[in-house]
Amino acid sequence: MTNQINWEFPQALEDEAIYILRETVAQFEKPVLLFSGGKDSITLVRLAQKAFYPGKIPFALLHVDTGHNFPETIAFRDWLVNSLGLDIIVRNVQDSIDQGKVQEETGKYASRNALQTVTLLDAIEEGKFDACIGGARRDEEKARAKERIFSVRDEFGQWNAKMQRPELFDILNGKINIGENVRVFPISNWTELDVWNYIVREKLEIPSIYFSHEREIIERDGLYWPYSPYLNTTADEVPYRQKVRFRTVGDMTCTAAVISEADKLEDIISEIMEAKISERGARIDDKRSEAAMEKRKQAGYF
Amino acid sequence: MEVLRIATSGSVDDGKSTLIGRLLYDTNSIPQDKMEALHAASKRKGLDFTDLSLLTDGLVAEREQGITIDVAHIYFSTPTRKYIIADTPGHIEYTRNMVTGASNAQVSLILIDARRGIVEQTHRHFFIANLLRIPYLVVCVNKMDLVEYSEARFNQIVEDFQQMLDNAGFKGQEVKFIPISSLYGENVASRTGAIDWYQGATLLEYLEEVSFDHEDRLHPSRFPIQSVIRPRTTEYHDFRGFAGKVASGHFSVGDEVISLPSGQKSRIKTIEQFEKQLTVAHARESVVITLEDEIDSSRGNMLVKTDEVPVQLKEVSANICWMDQQKLVSGKTYLLQHGVNRVKAKVQQIHYVTDVTNHLQNTEKTEMGLNDIGKISLKTAAPVFADAYQANPANGAFILIDEFNNTTVAVGFIE
Repeated sequence: MTNQINWEFPQALEDEAIYILRETVAQFEKPVLLFSGGKDSITLVRLAQKAFYPGKIPFALLHVDTGHNFPETIAFRDWLVNSLGLDIIVRNVQDSIDQGKVQEETGKYASRNALQTVTLLDAIEEGKFDACIGGARRDEEKARAKERIFSVRDEFGQWNAKMQRPELFDILNGKINIGENVRVFPISNWTELDVWNYIVREKLEIPSIYFSHEREIIERDGLYWPYSPYLNTTADEVPYRQKVRFRTVGDMTCTAAVISEADKLEDIISEIMEAKISERGARIDDKRSEAAMEKRKQAGYF
Repeated sequence: MEVLRIATSGSVDDGKSTLIGRLLYDTNSIPQDKMEALHAASKRKGLDFTDLSLLTDGLVAEREQGITIDVAHIYFSTPTRKYIIADTPGHIEYTRNMVTGASNAQVSLILIDARRGIVEQTHRHFFIANLLRIPYLVVCVNKMDLVEYSEARFNQIVEDFQQMLDNAGFKGQEVKFIPISSLYGENVASRTGAIDWYQGATLLEYLEEVSFDHEDRLHPSRFPIQSVIRPRTTEYHDFRGFAGKVASGHFSVGDEVISLPSGQKSRIKTIEQFEKQLTVAHARESVVITLEDEIDSSRGNMLVKTDEVPVQLKEVSANICWMDQQKLVSGKTYLLQHGVNRVKAKVQQIHYVTDVTNHLQNTEKTEMGLNDIGKISLKTAAPVFADAYQANPANGAFILIDEFNNTTVAVGFIE
């Protein structure tokens, strides 16, 4: 069987996501949307816009800026926030480092990916957010495949995988104890292809790094790493220019590029369908161990 | 594109995770890097084959023990359909997670080990699928390779299963039996030729052809209000819309509706889906409805058509599945959440607890423990606008929430 592309977006997924967003606003006092600048959180913003129209989106965006973001992502973030008139809160991992709460990793694999959890938890506490809406999808990774739509976290942001609340039909129970908060995942049931088909259908703008462009890269462990001042390189890792694009948007230190000529959405989708590696296969942060994601989730990672 | 939701269940070691792995593998849904990770993980475990079950058991504890603890959601698509599989645990102590996974399914896939035939858990799983009235049931008799692909063995299991069907409370399920070997892929997505006496559809062929009858569109029309949208901007100064997802039936512009519990009547002025104006909204569509008149309605209220008004229940009799470590206590007050509406509800009586293997009802029991299924009655502090689950599933289920720890302790099906 070959992979044929079905370009039609399953409408049931949008109806479900809008229902979840409306439940979130109705059941919680202070929800916030965790915004990374990636396609999944851009999709969430669109869904929120639709869910409360003609009213405004009734919550702010929260961006945890690691300081290692692609500049294109930050520029896109600012453009989106301005054009839709959204509220955004930005918290910096650099501040957590300066406060001595976390320590910068060293060595050639150093990244701030794990560090951002502390900044995120601090921001949740400071903002008194009881619901954090995230763009995680169950098809991304096998620990995420286990997560509920309303996923309860304790005071330390921890996920107790073995004691999750039952979630029946579309009945969502957002009641929590003091100190707890909930991570809400409206696009749990979407796949990578569903998100792309939605972006096409809704004609959404996305950061330019998703499209083919020329940039300096180095090769390491069979992956193409974007060369940047944040990446610790060894003497034999010599950057060169190459036409690439990114399949996910993470930090410059933990997101690998794919060699690609795809400069239109349609070409990107065709490329994904033919790709031999999974979306998170280009996420260096997932490669640390088989249980990398589960461990980070237990610690409060989004 | 349609979305077909499937719940799989089976006893431990029935090869459920292997079957799902096989479906993904045979539909080219496993990317190369994930496949390589599977090879490596299988090798580390000292296996001489690629263990496809490692694909779905996502938690460390599950991989260590080789069992499924919680529901995993798995996605694949063919050119015609998108599939969502809720892979649920077979272990008796995780039955609540099984109910969770099965509650949204249109197809229940039950696995039976051809060597063992019907076991206690098959009864439990079938009972739950039947209680939930899942319209399609596929019984996969697996590990046919270990019984030499015996037709007689398969027929025996079908016959045994038929007896269970004869005792079932709900007879409307469409049941399909398929002899398979998930290890070798026989009759999963293709035929290997090992079973020549079976000419029926493979599992994937069957799933591709299951029809969506959209029965919920024919049920009485129910619109539970999630929230009221009042922008109060200059442009939309007087806008007052009711946001919600149509639970069942359909609503059209001009329909006369009644708001519960106030009883006030009005007509539908507009049905909106973002910037689009619709003339009709069907079951499961998220929309905003505006009315001709200013009436008193807010979250938890329900719009229904004037000729289809549900009974307003203050005494609820229901089958429930108890899902908490702490036992159900008669006389205790819980929060009952029906759709988006919450009311206090006091347990009046436990009528009986059902033994799911033989359907015997034990009327002596005064409490219900984790994974028990039985019938209770509740008294609610305010009316619930529900239908009987068997008449309209989308408006006939509820959950119970423990007020002290806020956890979901039961799911109920209104009689």
